[in-house]
Amino acid sequence: MPEPGPNPADTGPAAPVTVPALGGLGTGGTVASAELWAARAGVGGEARGQFRMAAGRFFHHRLALIGLGTFLFLLLLSMVGPLFWRYNYADITGQFSTPPSLQHPMGTDTIGHDLFAQVMQGTATSIKTALLVAVVATVLGAVIGAVAGYYGGLADSALMRFTDLVLVVPLIALLLVLANGVSNLAGNWFWIALVLAAVLWTYQARLVRGSFLSLREREFVEAEVAIGASDRRIILRHMIPNAVGPIVVSATLTVAIAMLTEAVLSFLGLGIQPPAVSLGSLIANGQDDAGVLPWLFLFPAIFLIVAILSVNFIGDGLRDALDPTQRVRA
Amino acid sequence: MWVYLLRRLAAGIGVLFVASFLLFVLVSLSGNPLAQLQANPHISPATIAAARDQLHLDEPLLERYWTWLTDLLHGDFGTSTTGQPVGPQIWPRFWVTLKMVIPATILAIILGVVVGVVSAVRQYSAIDHISTGLAYLFYATPVFIIALVLKDFLAVDVNQAVGHTVLYTIGENTPGIAGGWNLFVNSVAHTVLPVLTLVLITYAGWSRYQRAAMLDVLNADYIRLARAKGLSPRRVFYIHALRNALIPVTTVIAIDFATILGGAIVTEVVFGWEGMGRFLYEGLIGPVSPDVNVVLGWMMIAATAVVIFNVIADLLYAMLDPRIRYA
Repeated sequence: MPEPGPNPADTGPAAPVTVPALGGLGTGGTVASAELWAARAGVGGEARGQFRMAAGRFFHHRLALIGLGTFLFLLLLSMVGPLFWRYNYADITGQFSTPPSLQHPMGTDTIGHDLFAQVMQGTATSIKTALLVAVVATVLGAVIGAVAGYYGGLADSALMRFTDLVLVVPLIALLLVLANGVSNLAGNWFWIALVLAAVLWTYQARLVRGSFLSLREREFVEAEVAIGASDRRIILRHMIPNAVGPIVVSATLTVAIAMLTEAVLSFLGLGIQPPAVSLGSLIANGQDDAGVLPWLFLFPAIFLIVAILSVNFIGDGLRDALDPTQRVRA
Repeated sequence: MWVYLLRRLAAGIGVLFVASFLLFVLVSLSGNPLAQLQANPHISPATIAAARDQLHLDEPLLERYWTWLTDLLHGDFGTSTTGQPVGPQIWPRFWVTLKMVIPATILAIILGVVVGVVSAVRQYSAIDHISTGLAYLFYATPVFIIALVLKDFLAVDVNQAVGHTVLYTIGENTPGIAGGWNLFVNSVAHTVLPVLTLVLITYAGWSRYQRAAMLDVLNADYIRLARAKGLSPRRVFYIHALRNALIPVTTVIAIDFATILGGAIVTEVVFGWEGMGRFLYEGLIGPVSPDVNVVLGWMMIAATAVVIFNVIADLLYAMLDPRIRYA
């Protein structure tokens, strides 16, 4: 039994590694225990067979299917909906502060924007930002985590010092500072996404590093080294596939965390800037009149919660499918 | 034990030094404090040069870091861009923030542990399902939505139902109220909703970990043995099961303390508290942005608080789990 970690980063093998998070959410959920996964994944095995087994488990997970359906619906609505809806999100309709009606299913705001058009646009911003964050953070985290875990040494200590920083400073404060730096740039959602990824990759990196630390001691890696395989081949062909389960699960949770965080940044006015809208900035606009014009607050808030909830359900389903030994949340 | 404590403290201080450097570089490079002045055509180049001089922007970054760090070690946080020293502004606000954060942490721990243990003991009961559902909901709800729902809907309804204001939504107390008991009651009435906000965003995650840990323990062989020996259910529960089930959660709570401090920024902004988080926020959106010394002051106090909290958690961890080696 190891002593409790000398720094907050080493939580010991027994304790689940959390994604400590953000304004909005308590714990981001358990990042799957890489060692358990690695232990199960074993050597070789039919890749296709494993994939099909995982897919089978996922499609028998009721909540995950509901989550997937909801997420796809929101994606479609927010990407395709604006093409067919009679108002653009920036249109001023001339009707102020009207409650929901057939003409304006979600009502209008104090300036006369159609809220339905704005919510669709805001959902689109939130989803595309979050997906970009997840992709960048996962790729970056996997590469850096793999190098640190495989080679150890200087790369490893540099990584751990940097992740210490992310653990001792509240994430949201770090992001506020960084977002403040890019909030005036044009095409702001892209930069906000990069800012989020610039911090969130550390969780992926810690996860991959953990997997690699245990994987590199295993016989099949030793065998690869013995037959003279290059490091690149060992990492890309043998170790990454064995760590892919936790990486995918954690990437999904990163989507949810990114949506939450982006909303907090935009709510505080340091995220998505006008004229662009995100669900967080819509809620910020709606908050002043929430007592009199509750729809301005409620519709974007419900969309945001449902979107994040659906991603979390997908993540849970993926965890049960890819990593059956790890069932913390259900 | 003492050696262990000192070692943990030393490690924490090391982390703080590394963090201070990275944070200084990050905050200093994150924006141009003079941008607002330079954009204004009515401000003369001489004024801008004076401001640049006052903020030491001409000196190399490392030199600025060294000046800032040595001042900090003497307890001086430097001056904000308004020319006022940061220290005398931030410490009173630190206590304001603590009035929100400490009750919230204690209540969230109690709620998280109780809910988690009850849902583990009564697994798959109605209580378990409800707490699972709520945990999912609070996981997915950003802090500002919880704060706004409490402020704009719950508080209004409760105050209307009672007939007078029992839940205040702005500030940490009513200005000008007489001291003593009245002030205390008034402060508590102002504190309820912000604390509730912070409790709701944190307890849910903790209750899930507590539930998982408790289930693990309850299914362990030594619990079956304890029952088979004929120990009273009470003894099995409190001495054998609960004590061991608290161990993993300690770490999670310690890590999440930073989340509460982060959540306090948003909560203070929504509820209009003149706390430390609002100070940070104003240092970022204010006319001069970023107000480097203000932002760094917040960061260093928060980081220190997180490190101290983690050391306490490590000590608790060692107390709860005798297998931990102190050496």
